[in-house]
Amino acid sequence: MSTKIEEYASELLEAEKTREGIAPLTERDSSLTVEDAYYIQLEMVKQKLSEGRTIIGKKVGLTSAAMQKMLNVDEPDYGHLYDDMELKNEAVVKVDSMLAPKVEAEIGFVLSEDLAGPNVTFLDVMMATKYVVPTIEIIDSRVADWKIKLIDTVADNGSSAKVVVGDKQSTLEMLDLRTNSMVLYKNDELIATGAGAAALGHPAHAVAWLANKLHEFGISLKKDELILPGALSGAVVVEAGDTIKADFGPVGAVTVHFE
Amino acid sequence: MTVLTDREKEIVDYLYTAERDAREVVKVTDKYPELTIEEAYVIQDRLLEHRLSENNTKHVGVKLGLTSKAKQVMMGVDQAIYGYLHADMLATEWEPVKYSELIHPKVEPEIAFLLGEDLEGENITADDVIKATKYVAPALEVIDSRYKDFKFTLVDVIADNCSSIRFVVGSKWISPESIDLGGIGMVMSKNGRVEQTGSSAAVLGHPAEAIAWSVKELSKRGKGLKKGDIVLSGAMSEAISFESGDSVVAQFDGLGSVSMFCK
Repeated sequence: MSTKIEEYASELLEAEKTREGIAPLTERDSSLTVEDAYYIQLEMVKQKLSEGRTIIGKKVGLTSAAMQKMLNVDEPDYGHLYDDMELKNEAVVKVDSMLAPKVEAEIGFVLSEDLAGPNVTFLDVMMATKYVVPTIEIIDSRVADWKIKLIDTVADNGSSAKVVVGDKQSTLEMLDLRTNSMVLYKNDELIATGAGAAALGHPAHAVAWLANKLHEFGISLKKDELILPGALSGAVVVEAGDTIKADFGPVGAVTVHFE
Repeated sequence: MTVLTDREKEIVDYLYTAERDAREVVKVTDKYPELTIEEAYVIQDRLLEHRLSENNTKHVGVKLGLTSKAKQVMMGVDQAIYGYLHADMLATEWEPVKYSELIHPKVEPEIAFLLGEDLEGENITADDVIKATKYVAPALEVIDSRYKDFKFTLVDVIADNCSSIRFVVGSKWISPESIDLGGIGMVMSKNGRVEQTGSSAAVLGHPAEAIAWSVKELSKRGKGLKKGDIVLSGAMSEAISFESGDSVVAQFDGLGSVSMFCK
């Protein structure tokens, strides 16, 4: 299995570089398990680190009931965020640097201490949160035409591509992250709305899920890492010329331009 | 590893299995009328050690009980009590509390304190509690005495970890400095109908006073509250019963609301 894992990891990394999507792993290899998929992702981590990348955080995906239903799963997944994925507010992104990008609005968490599972609760996450930030995650699939099952997206680093981080940093004081508003605009037109509860009931609960899930792989959440706890609305397809703004009310706003 | 006396082991198993199997039992003092309050707290410690290892969970905080004058009079006592909260007791607003896991549950509204610093010693004041608190949040505590008909003596309820079983914490957290915690009004409704109203003053005059009391009590037994602990400071009204199908929401002036549903 280990050579197969290395091969699939290399294939996905190559697809990211060439922007040529691969055929779904699940269509080629029915013996792959979700655990194998995480080991493919971790093999990619190894290769990325050897290329000089650093890990700046993690993302949780499949946190909404709608997405879980679509992929016929009952739990979220996660991926790694690398230093070359991070973009500043108002960044300009080339659409053709990716395969088929979409955007999602998320409330990012930055922790003031490490968090290691098991038994991490959303209370622990709230207490360990240094601040939250408005973010837009740009997702992309290295699997051709987004024809993914759970195993495909897990292997493909949770379909993560970029993260645009807003400027405002807020402590949790006076915030209600369950009801916190999210309004998504494309070219000044309102296209989606949501609230914090869309991410597994509470974004901090999604972070707690991640800490406990990572424990299965001997990994913990690190102080000062950026954690994306899941989208607050459905993903939106973007093309060159689009400007996307996510406004999170008291948590602030973040904008990205595509060309 | 603590060595338990035969009596401690028997009572710990008795109360642990009653919770695990959601089965009511006759109270411990029927068989052991000589048990003292100090012995009951030792049994509580042993029960909690057993529960932590059997349930593969962890300590998350402390809850106070009998913090209202009315309840103390009803029980014929003049002091509050405390028990402990474990991670597997934390319920959420977005997942049901399962009725099949409970015996005869009741729910009560409380203000939760989340500590940013350790608190210990016999000279702790309400001001010290406020200073050590990072956030306060609205909470619902589900209590479920393991004893038949919810009837017990002070010794029984202490041994039974003060009827603790579940708790839900609301999602709006604020600094205790930004609100007057001594007079927070509360309305608790079940299925849309108002069932209880009250104020945080019902909790030993002020919830921070109740926590200061608990710190002094804990220090007598060489313990304290720890940074990161959640402390449920005591009920702001009478508890109400609920069953499968019920939804309960408590709204707090200035603190937002917290809800639970049972399935």
